[in-house]
Amino acid sequence: MNVPEFVEKIRKNEINIVEHTEKIIEECRKINKEYNYFNTISDGLALKQAHEIKKLIKNKDKSIQNKRLLGVAVSAKDSICVKGVESTAGSRILKGYRPLFNATVIEKVISEGGIIIGKTSQDEFGFGSFSVFSWFGTPKNPFDKERSCGGSSGGPAGIAKKANFPHISLGESTGGSIAAPASFCDVFGLTPTYGRNSRYGLIDYGNSLDKVGAIGKSCYDAALLQEAIAGHDPNDSTSLNAPADDYTEIMEKPVKGMKIGIIKEAFGKGNDKSVEKYVNEGIDRLKEEGAEFEEISLDLPIKYGLATYYMIATSEASTNLAKYCGMRYGAVEKLEGSFNEYFTKVRSANLGDEAKRRIIMGTFARMSGFRDAYYIKAMKVRTLIINEYKKAFRKFDALVSPSVPILPPKFSEIEKLTPLQNYMMDIMLVSPNIAGLPHLSVPVGYEKNLPVGMLLTGDHLQEGKLLQLGSVFER
Amino acid sequence: MEIDRKLLEHVAEVARLKLTDEEIKKFLPQLKEALEFFSQLQEINTNGVKPSFQPVEIKNAMREDFEKKCLSQDEALSLTEHKKDGYFKGPRAV
Repeated sequence: MNVPEFVEKIRKNEINIVEHTEKIIEECRKINKEYNYFNTISDGLALKQAHEIKKLIKNKDKSIQNKRLLGVAVSAKDSICVKGVESTAGSRILKGYRPLFNATVIEKVISEGGIIIGKTSQDEFGFGSFSVFSWFGTPKNPFDKERSCGGSSGGPAGIAKKANFPHISLGESTGGSIAAPASFCDVFGLTPTYGRNSRYGLIDYGNSLDKVGAIGKSCYDAALLQEAIAGHDPNDSTSLNAPADDYTEIMEKPVKGMKIGIIKEAFGKGNDKSVEKYVNEGIDRLKEEGAEFEEISLDLPIKYGLATYYMIATSEASTNLAKYCGMRYGAVEKLEGSFNEYFTKVRSANLGDEAKRRIIMGTFARMSGFRDAYYIKAMKVRTLIINEYKKAFRKFDALVSPSVPILPPKFSEIEKLTPLQNYMMDIMLVSPNIAGLPHLSVPVGYEKNLPVGMLLTGDHLQEGKLLQLGSVFER
Repeated sequence: MEIDRKLLEHVAEVARLKLTDEEIKKFLPQLKEALEFFSQLQEINTNGVKPSFQPVEIKNAMREDFEKKCLSQDEALSLTEHKKDGYFKGPRAV
């Protein structure tokens, strides 16, 4: 049963929402034992919500007609705060942290009737491409448990694929953390324009880069959740004031005549051949529907995107993580020594290797003497990257490339990578994220039972066009 | 700029991290490799280019100036064991 059919049945009281919710919580526990997609299953909250919905239906409350996610299970990446439910962002320094408030996106999901079933696994604070840097276990690929789900929204993408009940995931992307796992898990991952969805209540990684987005089994699911959470939020000063679109309507429009740029530098050297084969098939599929293609060179974003991204992201992360010091909330240690000694003790004991590396890189890039050469330089290159994209979008409705250059790798292969080789996996994804551009990873095929994703990137606020193109690949 | 053990320890101290000998041995070559790669940004001519601190332009995001409900003192203190007399408690300052 797909999501709209399910919502209709709930509205008509043809499904007992409480029994259904009990059943899917049990199912999530079962899946979790094998695949580790959840850090926390929020059964208490989910059942409370289910009972509330049951009451609304019993009372024939008019509001149920307008709730777009009525009874639909929604999971949230662990970095998205849910009131009273442990929210760690995958870090031991936040173990036991139960937020006193909901993130705005959670408020919106709940008001649309969505049922929050749990917090999904991820790299610590989003620092990773394979979800292997977590204190609470690594999510396993739904196609092969020896392989990675991708990262950092590995849990969200894994459960989006594996859930055999109506369900949509809330993920988060800073530098590719929705598209990469969506590609590895065979689902649709939509990263919106920066500022399109509120960041209020999202545990920061890089505040000029972070975006909450939807991951769905179908393109429609991703569009529906995006529609539910989009919009201006006075609690987030970086939230955009433009009205949100009706994405589920826009996606129905035909793609005939749309102009798509094939990013020249994203094909050829560096890609697994099978990845290119299926992305080319995806392009052919869109051609059949009447989309027009032309090659475009985006030299600067592909060549310098990674260095620019890691300088900006680590700089911002190093300041955003300064607040984890053993005061007010999160991990604590015995109070002794000076303030600096205490902070140092808490942070050294409770942050993981990748978090420490990124804090050190970011602190270095912002330090006097290096600031102009690294941090400010990267912010200037970001301007050039944005300009190059903006120029391309004067001509094209969307740009296309593979989402990730490789098939989902085995954990034993990932272990051998140096941090820099790890970072290289995001080569296609960092630049749209630096420029705050919306992008959608679309499943386009399977090589030896492993999925391949194709990346569609659009101009600011053009999520609708991407979903329109994505719907061609609807299941 | 080459990063060495002394600089690494200094940067870590600024970031309130104390690295073990093992961590230093592990991180030093990794950070060297990464920072060397990031130095490629110096190849790009950015004369006269303004930095983009945000990817989309956002101007004067103000809200109405009115009173809003906020966390109570008890709620704010509820997430830590280190508290006393309605305040957060830190280590001795003097």
